[in-house]
Amino acid sequence: MKCGIVVFPGSNCDRDSFHILKEILGLETEWIWHKENSLKKFDLIVLPGGFSYGDYLRPGAIAKFSPIMKSIMEYAENGGKLLGICNGFQILLECGLLPGVLMRNISHAFICDTVPVRLENDQTPFTSNSSKGSVLKLPIAHADGRYFADENTLKELEDNDQVVLRYCDSSGMVASENNPNGSLTNIAGIVNKSKTICGMMPHPERQADPAWPNVDGQVIFRSLIQSS
Amino acid sequence: MLAKIHVTLKDGVLDTQGKAVHHALNDLGYEEVQGVNLGKYVEVQLDGLSQAEAEDRVREMCQKLLANPVIESYRFTLDSQE
Repeated sequence: MKCGIVVFPGSNCDRDSFHILKEILGLETEWIWHKENSLKKFDLIVLPGGFSYGDYLRPGAIAKFSPIMKSIMEYAENGGKLLGICNGFQILLECGLLPGVLMRNISHAFICDTVPVRLENDQTPFTSNSSKGSVLKLPIAHADGRYFADENTLKELEDNDQVVLRYCDSSGMVASENNPNGSLTNIAGIVNKSKTICGMMPHPERQADPAWPNVDGQVIFRSLIQSS
Repeated sequence: MLAKIHVTLKDGVLDTQGKAVHHALNDLGYEEVQGVNLGKYVEVQLDGLSQAEAEDRVREMCQKLLANPVIESYRFTLDSQE
């Protein structure tokens, strides 16, 4: 399994992702510079967290027009697996590869915390190494993480089982009290219809090194290995 | 030519920043304030375009980049400059 990590100006979780994929999981992993125009063959591409282009205009809005994104859109449209974490999720939404938008947190505060999320669908390449209903504790760190979509889009997401992670309490109960940022129906992560593109606000790459006792984030990467 | 562009949230999209400013204005004693909408104001300088061309180009800029059509709408005026 060959992984690529896109580096935009302002990406800041690219090294964490690289460390987990290459050093911890032993996968062949390469950087992809945002100015490149073509893409080698990859089995997984990660759009990492950070503040690409300073979040100017809207998070992810400028990254969408990076030279590399044209090849990444083609890769994704041909079924290539694409994981967007935090700012990467924002980019996927701006590109229209996933539906909806991430707005300013309802509290207006930047939230840096470790929160429980419930796995809603274990039939995707990003979640198959766990089971539906299991609770992962994952870090979040964002100011713009409030998932929003119109009613029809939301219904479509539910009907097609596209919601993969929801904010919950430690027992897995999803309620508004456990919603850190005001996301619609506590959505923390979604996939596209064909389940090949996944975007999530939590940072699995920050919770996947066994130097720390909690390695819940490994679920996402081990699922991808399993399905490759 | 100068395009003056306003980007605002669509009706029905919760404007949390507008709400916070609304409350702050009420707290300052401006009880007449009934609603606040916060948006973005963008000025784009254009060169070598007719009025009609500029309208088309600016509309395209708004749709492609300056506004997110999922939550935002836009309006603009074009001022000819000396």
